[in-house]
Amino acid sequence: MSTAFSGYKRRVARILEKAGAEIGDVIQITRENDVIEGILIPRSGSNDAKHVTVKLSNGYNIGVRITPKTKIKKVGTGPKPAFTRPPLPKQSMDLPKVVIVSTGGTISSRVDYRTGGVRPALTANDLYSVVPELSEIAVVDTDVISNLFSENVTVKHWRKMAAVIAKHIKKGLAGIVVAHGTDTMGYSAAALSFALQNLPVPVIVVGSQRSADRPSSDAATNLIGAVRAAAYAPFAEVAVAMHETASDETIIFHRGTKTRKCHTSRRDAFRSINTSPLARMKNGQIEMLLESYRKRGAYSKLILKPNFNEKVALIKFHPSIDPNIIEWYVSESYKGIILEGTGLGHVGRYCFSKIRDAIKNSIVVGMTSQCLWGRISMNVYNQGRDLLALGVIPLDDMLPETALVKLMWILGQTDDVEEAKSLLSMNLADEFSRRTRIGETA
Amino acid sequence: MTSIYSEIGLKAGLEVHQQLDSRTKLFCRCRSKLFSGDPIITFMRQLRPTQSELGQVDPAALFEFRKGVRIIYEANDESSCLVEMDEEPPHPLNREATEIALTVALMMKAKLVDELHIMRKAVLDGSNTTGFQRTCVVATDGEIDLKGKIVPIQHISLEEDAARKMEEADSIVRYRIDRLGIPLLEVATAPVIHSPQEAQETALAIGQVLRATGKAKRGLGTIRQDINISIRDGALVEIKGVQELELVSKIIELEAQRQLGLLEIREELERRRAKEKDFKDDFRDVSAIFQHTECKIIREALDQDKRVFAVRLPKFADLLGRELVSRTRLGSEMADIAHFWGRVGGLFHTDELPAYGITNEEINKIRQHLEAESLDAIVFVADNLRNAKDALKAVIRRAREALKTVPEETRGARVDGTTRYLRPRPGAARMYPETDVPSFRLSADRVEKLSGCIPELPKVRISRLVEDYGLNTKLAKQMVDSEYASLFPMIVKESAVSATVVAVALTETIKALKRDGVDVERISDTQLRDLFILIGSGRLAKEAIPEVLTWLAEHEDDEGEEAIEALGLAMLSRKELEIAVEEIVRENTKLVEDRRMGAAGILMGLAMKRLRGRVEAKQVGELVKKQLKKLVG
Repeated sequence: MSTAFSGYKRRVARILEKAGAEIGDVIQITRENDVIEGILIPRSGSNDAKHVTVKLSNGYNIGVRITPKTKIKKVGTGPKPAFTRPPLPKQSMDLPKVVIVSTGGTISSRVDYRTGGVRPALTANDLYSVVPELSEIAVVDTDVISNLFSENVTVKHWRKMAAVIAKHIKKGLAGIVVAHGTDTMGYSAAALSFALQNLPVPVIVVGSQRSADRPSSDAATNLIGAVRAAAYAPFAEVAVAMHETASDETIIFHRGTKTRKCHTSRRDAFRSINTSPLARMKNGQIEMLLESYRKRGAYSKLILKPNFNEKVALIKFHPSIDPNIIEWYVSESYKGIILEGTGLGHVGRYCFSKIRDAIKNSIVVGMTSQCLWGRISMNVYNQGRDLLALGVIPLDDMLPETALVKLMWILGQTDDVEEAKSLLSMNLADEFSRRTRIGETA
Repeated sequence: MTSIYSEIGLKAGLEVHQQLDSRTKLFCRCRSKLFSGDPIITFMRQLRPTQSELGQVDPAALFEFRKGVRIIYEANDESSCLVEMDEEPPHPLNREATEIALTVALMMKAKLVDELHIMRKAVLDGSNTTGFQRTCVVATDGEIDLKGKIVPIQHISLEEDAARKMEEADSIVRYRIDRLGIPLLEVATAPVIHSPQEAQETALAIGQVLRATGKAKRGLGTIRQDINISIRDGALVEIKGVQELELVSKIIELEAQRQLGLLEIREELERRRAKEKDFKDDFRDVSAIFQHTECKIIREALDQDKRVFAVRLPKFADLLGRELVSRTRLGSEMADIAHFWGRVGGLFHTDELPAYGITNEEINKIRQHLEAESLDAIVFVADNLRNAKDALKAVIRRAREALKTVPEETRGARVDGTTRYLRPRPGAARMYPETDVPSFRLSADRVEKLSGCIPELPKVRISRLVEDYGLNTKLAKQMVDSEYASLFPMIVKESAVSATVVAVALTETIKALKRDGVDVERISDTQLRDLFILIGSGRLAKEAIPEVLTWLAEHEDDEGEEAIEALGLAMLSRKELEIAVEEIVRENTKLVEDRRMGAAGILMGLAMKRLRGRVEAKQVGELVKKQLKKLVG
């Protein structure tokens, strides 16, 4: 049998092989003083190599320890699991067209009936079968460009996402949905915000916090909200769509440059920081929450600028940080550093000389705050004023991650340090807010 | 009795669910405590059916989802965290609860599983925020000794209890998640029980073992039985949520009777040559017939722009109205099914008409309209088109089933032992692995340690109660069966009240009060302990126990002191008692003159009646005799 697939290893794999038992077969395990019968179930990677997992007739799985005296016999062929797709819903061709660009993550997965785990839903029909409501909202097409846990997404993938989205937009459609793992979804949304300029249609980046293998998953609700926004929303921006609260009541849309994952597990893990969310969807209706936004159809031609420079670092300052870290980046020919400083935008004076060296070596250095909420202000204390004098660029209320992505993108467009500095301070994709609103807080 | 049941081929199996009294919940570290009052947070969810390991979607689950049910959950901070909200992955399996489960398994001589796998059992009614119940088999192949007969135990599992349903209206269900996640031990017997009596005894025996651990939770709803019942030619029917042990045998009797009744209906339909193909989803709008109806229900429906739809059930006349068991007719079964599938409030069938303001004339018109023959029955509902169609489709399905067999279904128990249709039985493929909690091995060390400290079995315990506490065997048995078994030795020790007095109070007195409608479940352990301490210290008479317990049941936050005050039960001092006795004797001088010392019995009775609860009988007796002697010499 294909032991590699089943998760069985070494001696247990050999015993099963000898018995001619495959996943799904009914096997009988005879030991010193008992006999156990059940369906052979695959072992997950983290399980040890000394037990066999069987499903008892009551549906429960148990692990049976295999000793040298254990005998295994195949006594029957169990039902072979098969994915039976529910009948596909009728598709009305009059509806707006939406392309779902799938990069991986929980959102674009369906249950793997063999392991109980999840695997990607590859085609529009897969998606329709899992979320039939989509067919009543839009004519959906899918483009699977990768199947990655989002922590494995790199600059290379941002470039590809941007290029693929641009290709689809040029062919003409109502909107794009990007299915993405939530861990680095904020970074990707920021990247797309800079790489896709003059967007004629919305690009909705969507994830889910609870896997699709549970009936309570937020995947379907989020996806439905994202597709609806892609098809009908009045804005044409890159936005992240997720639950607004613990309820399946509303979907909230965060501006791609102003959002961040702020909770490890909650459905409403994403927050708009230093701004209001862009829009909210309730009962299928979209309500704009910001007065000023880029409107659908304001531009007819998309400008694609998909290049990023990876030689940019994000350094979080902490007490007793070793300033030589900065020197290492200089020696590795980095082009930019975003500092995540304390409070209003400070780092310890013991870092100053290394920062001076970095700037002398033509590295663009920007300052953000690890407080996340609020605006930096480097004129209040001497420490801040001295950093400004060194040439550190204050980045106002920009999120540290967005600042990193922005500088990567800038240095992907230009080698000119002065131009890069001036672009970094310029508001390109609403990464800065002019006002800090009352009540804007964590 | 047994022979009747063996004749009809009765087979029953029990699943006993017992809440465990562990410090925290099964998959998080919240307190296992229910709350009253307002929740601090509510949230709304919808559950979506997923495919099972075998790639199937449960049709009933899919249907529930399409109904668009919205579930509102209520929580407070003490009893729930993000885990119950399904906003955080489960923490590792509670060690204490696991050890209680393993202990029970060892007591039932079951084989412990080598490696525990947590499973998800799909549950889409909203009672679990995740849409599944986490459950795990800890042992298989155990046994329970029933006076010499061995009842095999198929498996012992540890699972999380579900949320509490608070309210259900139209398409909104409200649950409270405080109960969700409380460890629940499930003990499932093989379907080898052949009489109602035997089932009851088995349930009792399992309960005794569970209580012997001293870690079983107590009170209403902490132990629940599910019963699987079938008879020959009948079907496997699962009856859920039986809270009273006393009901087990009655439920089985009634279910066997219900299935027999359905089989008789099948025979009658055969005699009448009813054919499956004659049952059609041919629903007719008969609203016009009711234009001037006197029937309030239909009148109101029509006023709300609903319509009346009818369907013909060939050869069903008199069968819908035939009583299967009390409160249960095929007609009422169909009404429950129509409610489940079609959300309709109820249905009308010709067997029960004319009634509810529906006239013979209206019935005849419907019969004509549907071209019904005299042996045909007609079912109709008043609702919108979609609901009415779903409801009548379900009625036709049920009628077709009646020709063939007793349908497998899940039923809910009512307090009188009758049951009602809840939902179709879930498919077999509703279990899949819980990937968020890794499987784990039971180490030999751990098992050995547990084996070394297994609690006494009930038999041993009874004889020890007789020897150590001087209880008679009957009382000792009652004490072991009691929910208060683990509290008993503690009370005896700390209060120094006679063990027999404590045992009688905890068994017979409490049972009697419960019978009289006192909500004894509300009396806390602390209240009980405090009560006996007062008795032990001579501040309260043992005769006052029933009265104080009744009061405490209504005053959850108060203790014995408050009861004494409120009930005026403070013990009389020797002096006060003497005065009281003197007074009684004085009031009855004639009696004393007539009977002399023979008046003691009557006087004693009068005194106890007046002073009951505030004096010890022994002391009254002494004083009455003393007074009499003084008077009569």
